[in-house]
Amino acid sequence: MGNSDYLVMKGISKSFDGTQALRGVDFSAVKGEVHAISGENGAGKSTLVKILSGALPCDKGEIFLDGKPIELGSPLRARQLGIYAVYQDFSLIPHLTIAENILLGQMPTTRVHEVIDWKKAYLRAENILKNIGFTGIDVRKSVRQLSVSHQQMVEIAKAVADQRKVLILDEPSAVLSQEELNRLFALVRQLKKQGTIILYISHRLDEVFEIADRITVLKDGQLVGTVKPQESDQNQLIRMMVGRSLGEIFPVRNSPSGEVALEVRRLTQKESYWDISFSLRRGEILGMFGLVGSGRTQVARGIFGADRFTSGEILLNGRSIHPRSPREAVSAGIALLTEDRKRDGLIMNCTIRDNVSLASYSQLSKFGVVNRNKQATEVKKLVQDLDVRPPLLDRLASHLSGGNQQKLVLAKWLMTHAKVLILDEPTRGVDVATKVEIYHIIDNLARDGMCILLISSELLEILGMSDRALVMREGRLVGEFARTDANEERLLASAAGVSR
Amino acid sequence: MTNDSKLDNNAPTSIIEKKGTGLRTLLLSSIGNCRPNWVNYAFLAAFVILLVVTATMSDVFFTQRNLSNLMRQTVTNGVLSLGMLIVILTGGIDLSVAPIVALTGIMVAGFSNQGMPLSLAILICLGVGAAVGAINGLFIARFKLQPFIVTLATLGAIRGLVYVYSDVPITPIDPSFRAVLGAGMVGPFPISALIMLASYPLVWFFLNRTRSGRAIVAIGGNEEAVRLAGINVTWNIFLAYILSGLFAGLAGVILASRLGISQPSVGAGFELNAIAACVIGGAILGGGGGSTFGTLAGVVALGMIDNLLNLFNVQSYYQQILKGVIILVAVLARRKQR
Repeated sequence: MGNSDYLVMKGISKSFDGTQALRGVDFSAVKGEVHAISGENGAGKSTLVKILSGALPCDKGEIFLDGKPIELGSPLRARQLGIYAVYQDFSLIPHLTIAENILLGQMPTTRVHEVIDWKKAYLRAENILKNIGFTGIDVRKSVRQLSVSHQQMVEIAKAVADQRKVLILDEPSAVLSQEELNRLFALVRQLKKQGTIILYISHRLDEVFEIADRITVLKDGQLVGTVKPQESDQNQLIRMMVGRSLGEIFPVRNSPSGEVALEVRRLTQKESYWDISFSLRRGEILGMFGLVGSGRTQVARGIFGADRFTSGEILLNGRSIHPRSPREAVSAGIALLTEDRKRDGLIMNCTIRDNVSLASYSQLSKFGVVNRNKQATEVKKLVQDLDVRPPLLDRLASHLSGGNQQKLVLAKWLMTHAKVLILDEPTRGVDVATKVEIYHIIDNLARDGMCILLISSELLEILGMSDRALVMREGRLVGEFARTDANEERLLASAAGVSR
Repeated sequence: MTNDSKLDNNAPTSIIEKKGTGLRTLLLSSIGNCRPNWVNYAFLAAFVILLVVTATMSDVFFTQRNLSNLMRQTVTNGVLSLGMLIVILTGGIDLSVAPIVALTGIMVAGFSNQGMPLSLAILICLGVGAAVGAINGLFIARFKLQPFIVTLATLGAIRGLVYVYSDVPITPIDPSFRAVLGAGMVGPFPISALIMLASYPLVWFFLNRTRSGRAIVAIGGNEEAVRLAGINVTWNIFLAYILSGLFAGLAGVILASRLGISQPSVGAGFELNAIAACVIGGAILGGGGGSTFGTLAGVVALGMIDNLLNLFNVQSYYQQILKGVIILVAVLARRKQR
């Protein structure tokens, strides 16, 4: 550890319920450094930064800031010391305005004390947003009216509203589009110049390589090592993270597609998408790329009956269907894995068993009574097939890691024996190893003849998995590429509306 | 008799299950907790201490007369709490159960006095309870209004309806009304207590083994996820309120037959007792946890406290204060686990 280290964490250990989350981890950062922390889910990244931000106490270890030992009893204490964390789970208050959220606890008041000066507040919030390159948003709006990615930007605005010595960004990019990510990076570089230490936690290795000055890798709660991006590459990092070389991340797609099973004709919903037409063959993986807000999710929800569409037609195996509710879609054989598993995918306080069978109760019960044996057998089989860990049916969903939770949602839909599977960001917030597993599961499903519509904002995922790729922009389908024609530039150009 | 022997056969299984569900619900209510058990042990210990203290201080408590009285007195809350639990599991609340008790109680007496066969009158009153529940359910499930507001409105409206039906107490003439449900015994057990005790395994079965039951539990955890899983959320919430109304109707009929007179004013505060029993038993207001047998424990605990304080001639005002304290302590203990 050099003398210039501003932030030092020494021998940090932490255990939960007897499992050791962190074992004697040393970590240090210098002023004006972007330090990435990488590792699989459950490697201890989040625990480490939660300790640093005062959200969790550590069992053993010391933390020094500017050479002085510090005691972090609470997030408030950490904030007073200049340490601030932006977590994956938002801490925004949905029904308050954007301005109030950004300035929470420090709203400007008029001369009469305790009376809020709204004009000043809006102005100040607007300035903060402008400083981070986020314009064209009405700070008078309430936060719940914002999309997930805009909420993330507000969250970040909140974090930089004050001068920070240490800023922790926990998976900030998970919900951001490429453009927003660029803005975030610009902001990070700006903060760096001011001497802020930025701890950047992300699953996306390309991002880490782009922004980080140093990368510290954790595995099973232990420090593996710290590398500089220019002296390393993604393969080395993956090896450090999972302890083995992963080889090919994507399966080799060479299975032939069958006859057309799903046909969507001129599907339109007046506010969010127009004239969407495409067809999907048996055994085909059809990618759908687009920036956040391009309407991909809305189209998926329309086909699934979660939202109504205004006009258009959906044909399933040649028969016209018009699902007015998810129930009708499910019984027609359509499944939708939603993009946000916590919000609308899982029942966190229910068991693996309940979550996996949630969409299949009609097949599992007779006269309304659930056949428990059949349920256990089928859930167990899926849990084993997808390698959900731990494979305990009575384990609560909230006790599983992100990757295993994602497998649970996937298992839920596989149990329905759907013919068409719509996957909306199936690997969001999932570690590399689980990603690879999920890719192989998707590949196998397609080989067995399932139709798969894969929606993703990860370009590599679309390129690596799809037999054909569609591109959406501003609610319209703007491009279709065969696997052989698709490449990064073409898809990006099409999604962003830039001429090649 | 066949019914009773069936019940006996079921009893051992239900006790085994009780342990399982108790643990599971405890886990439900204590996410991320490493010692899920101490609160249950603490409650059990408090319960045993209470019993021992009573046994030494009062020679009346363990008489058969007092015990069967105790059972009869807990029946109303026991039945109401079942419906309340189902509603709480969906993330809702039903404030309107008390006037349903009064309405069905007074109607069953009124019908029977007009010469209607008792069994038919009871059936109709159960239907009335369910129908009121259906009205609540319609507004809450179909029109997506807040359960608190809807049932607060029906709470007032139904009470008014009771007085419209009769603003004076009605005494049923049919002697069998009192004899069977109110005073009837099978061995040492009052019939009404047996009905309540039989309802618990039934509701447990409903919540843990049926499609609708599992859906109801899941809805309290994450309604949108349940809707997107292709489950009819509207219907299941509707059903929960119907069941709550139905149990309130049952409670009304049983209470009227125990008292032998139907008062239009009966039932004030019943909804609070039912909510208290559910919460003491581990239910989480707003959904996401609760247990059938935990609720039964809550009902019995509240009933015993009432009974003991009566035996020691403590004024009912103090009883209310003490009950309030107990509820707060119970909720605090459960909260601390998290």
